[in-house]
Amino acid sequence: MKVFRDLFRDYRFAVSFCVLCALLIFACLSFFAPYDPTLWHVVPRDLRPSRAHLLGTDSNGQDIFWTASFAVRNSVIVALIAGVVSRIIAVLFGMIAGYKGGNTDRVLMFISDSLLVIPLFLIIVLMAMLVRASMNLVTLGLLLALFGWAWDARVIRSLILSLRTREFTETAILSGARTLPLVLNEYMPYAMPLVFSTLINNMAWAIGLEMTLAILGLTNVLIPTLGTMLYWAINYHAILLGRWWWVLTPVVLSVLLFVALYWMSVSVSEYLDPRTRVQRVGAE
Amino acid sequence: MVKTTFMGEWPILNTEPPILRTEGLKAFYVLDVHGVQKVVKAVNEVDLNIRENEVYGIAGESGCGKTTLLKALYGAIEPPLRLMGGTVYYRVPGEEIDVFMLSAEEKRRLRWEYIAYIPQGSMSVLNPVTKLKETYQDFISSHVTGKTRADAFKIAAGHMAELGLPRKLLDAYPHQLSGGMRQRVTIALAALLKPRIMIADEPTTALDVVVQRGVVQLLRDIQQRLGNTIILVTHDMGVQANIADRVAIMYAGKIIEEATTEEIFGNPLHPYTRYLIQSLPKFGDKTARTSAPGSPPSLMDLPSGCPFHLRCPDTLETCIEQMPPLVAVASSHRVACWLARER
Amino acid sequence: MTFLKRYLIPRLIQYFLVIFLGITAVFFIPRFLPNDPVVQTVAALQARGSSVDPATIDQMVADLTELYGLEGSLLQQYGAFWRRLLHADFGVSFFQFPAPVSELIAAALPWTLGLLFVTTVISWTGGNLIGGLAGYYNRKRWSRALDGVSMVIRPLPYYIFAFALLLMFAWAIKWFPTSGGIGIGRKVALNWPFIKDVLWHSFLPALSLTILGGAIWFQTMKLIVQNVNAEDFVQYAQLGGVKEDRIVSRYVIRNAMLPQITALALALGQIFSGALITEIVFSYPGLGGLLYNAIVNGDYNLILGITALSIIAITTAILVLDLLYPLFDPRVRYM
Repeated sequence: MKVFRDLFRDYRFAVSFCVLCALLIFACLSFFAPYDPTLWHVVPRDLRPSRAHLLGTDSNGQDIFWTASFAVRNSVIVALIAGVVSRIIAVLFGMIAGYKGGNTDRVLMFISDSLLVIPLFLIIVLMAMLVRASMNLVTLGLLLALFGWAWDARVIRSLILSLRTREFTETAILSGARTLPLVLNEYMPYAMPLVFSTLINNMAWAIGLEMTLAILGLTNVLIPTLGTMLYWAINYHAILLGRWWWVLTPVVLSVLLFVALYWMSVSVSEYLDPRTRVQRVGAE
Repeated sequence: MVKTTFMGEWPILNTEPPILRTEGLKAFYVLDVHGVQKVVKAVNEVDLNIRENEVYGIAGESGCGKTTLLKALYGAIEPPLRLMGGTVYYRVPGEEIDVFMLSAEEKRRLRWEYIAYIPQGSMSVLNPVTKLKETYQDFISSHVTGKTRADAFKIAAGHMAELGLPRKLLDAYPHQLSGGMRQRVTIALAALLKPRIMIADEPTTALDVVVQRGVVQLLRDIQQRLGNTIILVTHDMGVQANIADRVAIMYAGKIIEEATTEEIFGNPLHPYTRYLIQSLPKFGDKTARTSAPGSPPSLMDLPSGCPFHLRCPDTLETCIEQMPPLVAVASSHRVACWLARER
Repeated sequence: MTFLKRYLIPRLIQYFLVIFLGITAVFFIPRFLPNDPVVQTVAALQARGSSVDPATIDQMVADLTELYGLEGSLLQQYGAFWRRLLHADFGVSFFQFPAPVSELIAAALPWTLGLLFVTTVISWTGGNLIGGLAGYYNRKRWSRALDGVSMVIRPLPYYIFAFALLLMFAWAIKWFPTSGGIGIGRKVALNWPFIKDVLWHSFLPALSLTILGGAIWFQTMKLIVQNVNAEDFVQYAQLGGVKEDRIVSRYVIRNAMLPQITALALALGQIFSGALITEIVFSYPGLGGLLYNAIVNGDYNLILGITALSIIAITTAILVLDLLYPLFDPRVRYM
């Protein structure tokens, strides 16, 4: 499509797209893994990278290459759940606040602003500490989603506010369109690209937060994710014992993910904003 | 006709060399929209001779290139706008300067002292976080060295008083003033260093009629006090009639007619000018007004020959093939039209 | 008078409301989540040690219930909670028994405040200034280079970046210590050796926070300035031949700073969290270090105390910023 081609002209989109595709393929390899990720001591421990074990093995007796593949897959799954659910909440809040205005708007935005202001990390730590044993990928994703919608709700609200004052809204209302179909049919096409760009941003945030929580031991450390890999590496003092392959793998993979997701979200949002698009274009 | 400057210096005759002159001025916007290059011919071969001590009006529809022309005259050409050809000359005492040969610093020094610009939409041109007097001080101290802040403030205050604006305006922030007030403040600011040329881009648009009158009055006051040149761009023919000495009509990036105000209104030669004048309401005349059919061509995609020929009531064959040059058909009356020349 | 009504009062109301709701949330979360902290603590204790007879366990449960403020009905607990809060009593730390939580927090707080304050000031002003210049001169090579660097740094979460710094400078090249706030055994005194020690230990955490924070301010400021550049009043000043250094400082940066003040207020929560996480990586003896110990030891009271205090501290800081804003923006001052 033309949009795709235009996006690709930005080197940041091109690079991030390729990196993300590569990582996704890597994650999908996990479906063909020869080892069960939940079992320990399936291979000799602490081996350096070799032909048999491309990224070495860790102190739990797992092959790092295949564990990493599961880790990327699980981290992305958590991020997707967190991102999608928080989009839904953000869109609901933003649309209702922007469309209704008045007191509804004020109340909803107050809730949203309060979430921005409070140190969320501590609240999440509190909650995670209490549910960590029974946590799985889905519950973790939902926990993150519960706190990741506030900023983007405001962004969507501004969009809806500006759409609401446009002529086509008045026309639709005057011709008897009801609220829900109006919002869904007319506003969604404008909102979708914005939602997509914030989704990518949110996913990066979710992966980062998951890693931080996992390293602190607040998630279910038996499920391989990028964060839990680092947790075990630190727990077994991999740095001190010089087992760099165990530490570097999750760090490098996650850095690739973060930077790629960020570049993609920046290039998409710059593409959407007509001002930056013209700036990119006219003045070379 | 002889006019004298305010200070009673030597009289300036109409035959004096022009203070601002352009030759074949061409300025285009070159845009790259997703790989496709588009060229907007905003100023397309313009020859002007603007004299001292006159109000020179430029009229035309929106999108005909007026603002771009003003920018070019001011020497403010920045990408994506590019100078494609031609020259602009300023006359300073003793010589003629080619504006586009000046360095950035030389241009900066000329600004405000020699030539000043009143941009369109002067509502938002003042720094919103500083008081007006600080803005005035910025302009003064950027051009006049050795003046302390107190001196600069005195100059500004005296200046305001001269023009009939209340002094306490200087202690206000821009958002505390109405739109019309801000417009007048901007005009006063332009006249601060007594420039020889002042360029005003649509100074009366977006103002109500009463305020418009105040603005026009202010411009006239300044021109009479300083005896300088004002180049006034506005599509409002009423304002042109009110204040301009000569008027040029611009269409699709070219000047198509230029004459004294009386000539333009009384004897328009170009078909477009005719439509323009005919569409103005006249006291006592209740006949229906017509305007030119169709709409102006896109500056990205100009037709061949005369840019007006698609809307013109009588076209000759040459009109479609060749662009008519701007030539004098009488003293102080130039037209770019094959038809007009034949008559 | 209108200023008071339109600006001040709504913010004060919001301030008290947010604190009230935040503290209430802190109160209710553990009581609504499925796991009972008392049961968890007892189970954790049992998992560590040998078996204990049932009578002792009952006593433990009773003690813990009282310790965690879980006695009585929900309403009674809520009332007791607020009463204790107003006396700055967050209860007693469970694993550092019998040290009261407020004491532990008071010991750790200066470290965090010092780190947070210094790094926020440096990264905000520095990032904004450099970002502003980069935004104005956005076609120069140095501007683009900095932009490229920040594009890689900014998306990294606090933990990963701090961790990377730790690996690089404390482990690979041993320039700085890997942990702590001061050397072991050194006494707190206001002399140069002590200060030097503190600086040496806090350099890496401070560097981590400053660079990461600075990257964010740099990028957002650059974007804002690029928009401000196109504003009418900047173009006008250029048309007027105002000297360039004046345009950059008084027209561009002064206006671009305004949204950044608001952005700082909104980001304080995140910056604080980031500081805590960075402290954990470097085992810095601030609130972060305290928090980590609390998590590892399941010290429930301590976490509650830190959370409650943080909510109050951050909302207060935001209120202060909000009140300072009119000093910079006359449009709000004279409405």
